[in-house]
Amino acid sequence: MDDIFGIPAPLLFGQLLLGLINGAFYAMMSLGLAVIFGLLNIINFTHGAQFMMGAFAAWMLLEWAGLNYWWALVLVPIIIGFTGVVLERLMISRLYKLDHLYGLLLTFGLGLIIEGVFRNQFGSSGLPYRIPAELQGAWDLGFMFLPIYRGWVVIAALVLCLATWLIIEKTRLGAYLRAATENAPLVQAFGVNVPRMVTLTYGFGVALAAIGGVLAAPIYSVNPQMGTNLIIVVFAVVVIGGMGSILGSIITGFGLGIVEGLTKVFYPEASATVIFVIMAIVLLARPAGLFGRA
Amino acid sequence: MPLHRRNLLLAGSGLALAGGRARAQGGPLRLGVLTDMSGPYRDLTGPGSFAGARQAAEEFSAATGIAVEIIVGDHQNKPDVGANIARQWFDREGVEAIIDLPNSAVALAVSGIAREKNKVVLGSGVGSTVFSGAQCSPNSVQFTYDTYMLAKGTGDALVKQGADSWFFITADYAFGHALQADTSRFVEAAGGKVLGAARYPFPATTDFSSFLLQAQSSRAKVVGLANAGADLINCIKQAREFGLTRGSTKLACLLMTVVDSIALGLPEAQGLLMTESFYWDLNDRTRAFAERVKSKRQGGVVHASCAGCYGVTLHYLKAVKDLGVERARASGLDVVNRMKAIPCDDDAFGPGRIREDGRKLTPGYLFQVKSPAESRGPFDVHKLVATTPAEEAARPLAEGGCPFVRT
Repeated sequence: MDDIFGIPAPLLFGQLLLGLINGAFYAMMSLGLAVIFGLLNIINFTHGAQFMMGAFAAWMLLEWAGLNYWWALVLVPIIIGFTGVVLERLMISRLYKLDHLYGLLLTFGLGLIIEGVFRNQFGSSGLPYRIPAELQGAWDLGFMFLPIYRGWVVIAALVLCLATWLIIEKTRLGAYLRAATENAPLVQAFGVNVPRMVTLTYGFGVALAAIGGVLAAPIYSVNPQMGTNLIIVVFAVVVIGGMGSILGSIITGFGLGIVEGLTKVFYPEASATVIFVIMAIVLLARPAGLFGRA
Repeated sequence: MPLHRRNLLLAGSGLALAGGRARAQGGPLRLGVLTDMSGPYRDLTGPGSFAGARQAAEEFSAATGIAVEIIVGDHQNKPDVGANIARQWFDREGVEAIIDLPNSAVALAVSGIAREKNKVVLGSGVGSTVFSGAQCSPNSVQFTYDTYMLAKGTGDALVKQGADSWFFITADYAFGHALQADTSRFVEAAGGKVLGAARYPFPATTDFSSFLLQAQSSRAKVVGLANAGADLINCIKQAREFGLTRGSTKLACLLMTVVDSIALGLPEAQGLLMTESFYWDLNDRTRAFAERVKSKRQGGVVHASCAGCYGVTLHYLKAVKDLGVERARASGLDVVNRMKAIPCDDDAFGPGRIREDGRKLTPGYLFQVKSPAESRGPFDVHKLVATTPAEEAARPLAEGGCPFVRT
């Protein structure tokens, strides 16, 4: 068997592929954050809780309404996105004129409250959610065993990321959005309803987190803390990519997934830290992030 | 004053609950369940532990007429919070004994305080072997389980079934290391080999596929999971997903409970092996106990912590009755010595005894998770595979290194 740096080649390829899969999750999660920050200037610390709500909503639809995974994939983003819209109207919209810090504190506090409520209601040990029958099984790639469901997650994440990027960069709606972040009064003067657009954007960012939650439900434990661990890494991804840069967060998400995957082979103990080491280096060398505008 | 569920939830602030003013003398005998009411171990202990202790108090009061009051506090898995509540309970609330204490760090902190104030610690939720070993206290009891029992029950039994090469996936902190080290010892003692281990950062890991792949490429017959709670559940789900268990590879869960089996669901969990000292459907007595305590569990399963808090509280109260309430209030040490002198017998665990170092001798049961076809109800999840006798399930007294034990 061929060795690369003392690691059997099949193991290394397997890890690279796994890194890519995790990267897809990071990309999808950080995309929602980047959209919200880019257009609202709000650092949405509730994102982890909204991801968790997505997974729980999928479970509730299955258990209480008998609606399967595919229904959840359609309905959950709408439902959770709507809760985002309500949240934005009732609370977050009051903070736009204040410092970033207030938005951060509000969303962080809300995240903790939501998590606490779910823990009281559902306990901390998690709920079962099965991989849908259509996506069970695995492909034998020779060097590793690739579960079909993981392949599906990568494809779904890529499609979502590309679609979001196209909408914001290439369509008229996206142009309005970008213009509104540059100069909201001027865009409003042209007859565009900016507050409503901002509200819907927040709802859209939340819906992305909720889809992430639905995709995660079959492979991770569905429990109230599930967003907490992920969200810290995802924030690092957003910071490295450049706050608010959509393409940046997509590329960084995938890239860091791979870096993390390789670390898990060579020195597993450091796999949670490596992303933050990179973050520190990037912040020192390029404070605006790899793809951010200074 | 009876404690209501609503008050109990307010305990999250870290402040102990007091029914009224402090009372050192007179009034009911007051015991405090100090547990995790809001964190990762809530479902394994928390409200279930509280229910078990209350059940014991009710049965004892009904039989003897001695009034007992059980209060509850949330230590939030923080030793400083736990220590504060313990001091307040002992000094101002007139609490005579503290029960449960999942999370060994909190348990050790509280044990020191109880010793200083000559009160009692009934550690039914304490897992670390240090508690009845190097850091043992004459005022403390370790009742339900310890990591030695888990490691021996699972490690030994699997090697004897021919699963003799192991790879560990280990949470990178003291608890994970201890579990891996203990199990490795039994695996090697029984003639097995440890091929390697991957230590993952705790608690920042949610995806275990890399480590599972490493385990797979080691070609070990058993993958030992030295972790607990959500990490364990993620590991098991993902091991199934990546086809790890398709061949002859077995997963050995070194700390898994009935609560985890239910959370995973039988389709995912079936076939897994784990060691516990209690299961509600073990025999007629455990079933009778589970039936009695059911109304206090509010739809949850009667788990080992519930049983442990019941058993240890009942035994403590028997010792108190033997000594007389006044003497029991005066010296926690006397009560614990009495607990060691008289034999234990309760419906949850059957007959047994508490050893000199405070460890309760109780058999370790190796359970296998049932398949969905075998299960007859939502809580019917385990079947008994093997039993380690009580004397063998506990670490030999001489190896513990407890300073006050003469060997």
